[in-house]
Amino acid sequence: MGAELTRHVKRNLVAYIALLPMAVVVIFAYLGTMAWSVRLSFSSSKLLPRNDFVGIAQYLTLFDTPRWLTSLGNLVIIAFFFLLICFVLGTLLAIFIDQNVRAESLFRTVFLYPYAMSFVVAGLIWQWILNPDLGIQHTMHGLGFSGFVLDWVVNSKMVLYAIILATVWHGSGLVMALILAGLRGVDTEIWRATRIDGIPTWRVYLSIVLPMLRPMIITSLVLLSISIVKMYDVVVAMTNGGPGTASEVPAKFIMDNLFERANIGLATAASTVMLVTVLLVMAPVIYSQYFRKSGRAS
Amino acid sequence: MGMKHMVAVSAIALAAVTGVAKAEEPLKAEVIHWWTSGGESAAIKVFADAFNAAGGQWVDNAVAGGSAARSAAINRIVGGDPSTAALFNTSRQYHEIIGEGLLNDIDAVAAKNNWDKVLPEPIAKAVKVDGKYYAAPVNIHMPLWIWYSVAALNKAGIEKPPETIEQFFAALDKLKAAGITPLALGGQRWQENSLFSAVLTNVGGGKLWKSVYGDKDEAAIRSPEFRKVVETFVSLKPYVDQASPGRNWNDTTALLIKDQAGFQVMGDWAKGEFKQAKKEIGKDYGCIPGLRADSPYVLGGDVFVFPKTDNAEQIKAQHLLVEIMTSPEVQVKFNNLKGSIPIRSDVDVSSLDACAQLGMKIMSDPARQAPDASQMMEESMYGSVQDIVTELWNTPMTVDQAIDRFDKALKG
Repeated sequence: MGAELTRHVKRNLVAYIALLPMAVVVIFAYLGTMAWSVRLSFSSSKLLPRNDFVGIAQYLTLFDTPRWLTSLGNLVIIAFFFLLICFVLGTLLAIFIDQNVRAESLFRTVFLYPYAMSFVVAGLIWQWILNPDLGIQHTMHGLGFSGFVLDWVVNSKMVLYAIILATVWHGSGLVMALILAGLRGVDTEIWRATRIDGIPTWRVYLSIVLPMLRPMIITSLVLLSISIVKMYDVVVAMTNGGPGTASEVPAKFIMDNLFERANIGLATAASTVMLVTVLLVMAPVIYSQYFRKSGRAS
Repeated sequence: MGMKHMVAVSAIALAAVTGVAKAEEPLKAEVIHWWTSGGESAAIKVFADAFNAAGGQWVDNAVAGGSAARSAAINRIVGGDPSTAALFNTSRQYHEIIGEGLLNDIDAVAAKNNWDKVLPEPIAKAVKVDGKYYAAPVNIHMPLWIWYSVAALNKAGIEKPPETIEQFFAALDKLKAAGITPLALGGQRWQENSLFSAVLTNVGGGKLWKSVYGDKDEAAIRSPEFRKVVETFVSLKPYVDQASPGRNWNDTTALLIKDQAGFQVMGDWAKGEFKQAKKEIGKDYGCIPGLRADSPYVLGGDVFVFPKTDNAEQIKAQHLLVEIMTSPEVQVKFNNLKGSIPIRSDVDVSSLDACAQLGMKIMSDPARQAPDASQMMEESMYGSVQDIVTELWNTPMTVDQAIDRFDKALKG
């Protein structure tokens, strides 16, 4: 056993050495700074990091801050609609393209193009389109439809949906590309067999093909979830959190407190809360991806 | 020529060469700042040119964006590789670094130039910590001027610009009736906050301003006067156009330039926009410092701080910078370009524009000088106050709720 292990190490020594720099970066740059942030969230740090210990005072302040609670609520709404619409829309687009349509590559490019654009640009474009003084409303008024109202970015009640619209436009192409790649990998024999059995196409997709695409679906959901948690640039570009605090998101709360408001303690407490949330959400995914698989193998 | 002689000559020559070299070695000063726009960079060039002319070598390190520039300066200070000088706002932004002993004091220059006498009291208070001067103020911005478009007011039949809050509201009504946007507001947190501050200083007065934001006195926050301020602020909502949310301040000033709106509350930097559009004070636009005879003149502005160093050359450069930046001639030249007013009362104001001269005159009365809100509280507390103001403006929050939240936020 011991000898075997030594042989194993010897054989893979080069691989281990090659991996070492990456491991050092991960341990010190990622995990190290993460641990440092969590440590600071228990201190009274303002402009500069301090090494004192104030218990959970920053967390109590955090959950007593209306703007943070608004940010969390907004994130839940955005996450729900963004995941749902992006996923359904992306999957449908992929299925349509998979019907051997003409000019397929053109459609693929058109749908995936928004994803190649940075969130800042996407946010600015949508801000212009939805701005009542510049965009569609202005054009319609110019054409004589003076009763036309499209004021999403300046309306506190609709502003979140304006952001969801922009992010869906940005993100659904990615889902399409991933699912389409999966659809192309489905064995044609399966299609032939279902056709002989006379099963309707929608049923084949729902009950046979999509379950086969589980890895693609999980990958796209994980990618979308990550973009929700770190959502910052699109909000800054589109609304800067306004009107009022109607479109604030947690990442923006953290950045504002970290840099503009010189409140490192509160900012790190907020980022720790986000970290824990992400871990809790990811735990089932990680479990199903790794542990169940290894369980089956043994 | 004897050998001895030769040696002596070459020694003298060598001394002369090194001596010259030493005199030519310029006093290097690296300055971190965020003044990157047209008018701003022209203004800081005044400092750079004056410093270079005095035998220094200005090394410009402009970082776009105030908070980014301050972060860069602080990171370099904490990292042990500080710049010679760094720009901050006249506020509490740098007080924590002073507390950590990371800044050099500039008492020597301050004493020589009699800062105790020439600086307005709120500014002196902001730069003097524990009896020592740690920052060199370079300008005074008054963030709460009320600007108006002459043409818009004429069109609405308003004979003269308002002098009281009642006249102001009457003018707003007339503008609205004439189909002109009465109040141009950029719906961003800081602009909404400026509007609230203007209401607080003009409806509540200087005493309330200081007792609410300075003393954080609960009795003042819960007083009928402060209640009136909150109510007046809320009653301004119908005078703002629909496209206000998120609009930049300069796009908002453009509404006045195009005579599409009547009034805007904005700092004196708005003059730059009017000047760029070739508009003239009195003819095209005007400035109102306040809506009561004793309205406080709020003193904001910018300062340079000087990170800790033991290097004698660097300290010399720091002192020369302070000396140059605060000298009367440079002050006038710089502030004319920056749109602000000089930090000292003993300068020749004849070359300043009409609004700046008016500001200088008001500021000469100590009773009307008032510190900016950022000088009376930490950034995190001021941030919470601004959150309340923006929510009050954009949601149906009641006056009672707002007062409760002000009280809580100002308790810290």
